[in-house]
Amino acid sequence: MSAILSSAFRASIPVMFGYVPLGMAFGILFQNLGYAWFYAPLMGVTVYAGAAQFMAVGLLAAQASLFEVAISTLILNSRHMFFGVSLLGRYRATGLKKLYLIFGLTDETYSLITSTQSPDSQHEQDYYVALTALNQCYWVTGCALGALFGANVEFDTAGMDFALTALFMVLMLEQWKKLREPYPFLVALACGVAALLLFREQMLLVSIGLSIALLLARGKHSRVTL
Amino acid sequence: MSDTGYLLMVFLVMTVATFITRLIPFVAFRNKSEHPLLQYLGRYMPPAIMTILVLYSLKSVDLTQAPYGVNELLALLLTTLLHLWRGNALLSIFAGTLFYMAAVQLGLFTGLY
Repeated sequence: MSAILSSAFRASIPVMFGYVPLGMAFGILFQNLGYAWFYAPLMGVTVYAGAAQFMAVGLLAAQASLFEVAISTLILNSRHMFFGVSLLGRYRATGLKKLYLIFGLTDETYSLITSTQSPDSQHEQDYYVALTALNQCYWVTGCALGALFGANVEFDTAGMDFALTALFMVLMLEQWKKLREPYPFLVALACGVAALLLFREQMLLVSIGLSIALLLARGKHSRVTL
Repeated sequence: MSDTGYLLMVFLVMTVATFITRLIPFVAFRNKSEHPLLQYLGRYMPPAIMTILVLYSLKSVDLTQAPYGVNELLALLLTTLLHLWRGNALLSIFAGTLFYMAAVQLGLFTGLY
């Protein structure tokens, strides 16, 4: 068990360097709304969605209706639907463990789960749970630090969240080493650039949706996989 | 509704809405994980999504203004070369991030323009 925890910790360190400063940025914004500080980490525990929490600060400030909150959250997080599709075979845990894995499925957790290896294939599910929980701890810690100390932080964290960009880059290289087929990378690159230029606000949803369509289109013609 | 009551209701609504978006595929494709199409996606989606996340995380870089994304480009280049050379994920990520923080905070490449 401790081998699993320590390798999950090692794999998740880059996420810590991304989530703590990002969570702090959220905590600082949240604190300006005038609520008690502990509601910021509480939101990290319950909602646990980076982009949606930033969006919520604006909605709360405008006293948006609950209906508006629900619709905005569903739209912003709709890309998560695609993540699960490629995890059906991996998430073999059952009961609460599985519910927690699904609850905690952020972009970064998805990346680690699909690109890193459990040290012990017998306890793969526990490795996934450890990754998910560690990442959420980093995020909640960041939310709390930002809301508590926000304005008084001496250490300049500017640029620290580049750790997430570097993490995605490294995991992309790891995917390349495993697959050695250019098609999915090129399709995603083209879709990603096009979506950045044309659909800035919904970039993730559009580019992931389009990539899946193109992947499926090729899959239909390939005798090897289907 | 009191202000705290409103806040807690927003938390509740967002928690449920977020969870639903993450839960849908697991419910919709229950017992279908052996389907060849889904296995195909399980194999090819992660590389595609990783590529898209790299681009997405660079979304706020402004290529039309100094320093024209030079910080990001050099930091990613350093990360990539180190990773291809040593294959140590933590080393590659730390070196790239420290380089980037130094470039941004010290304005290493702003003087070029």
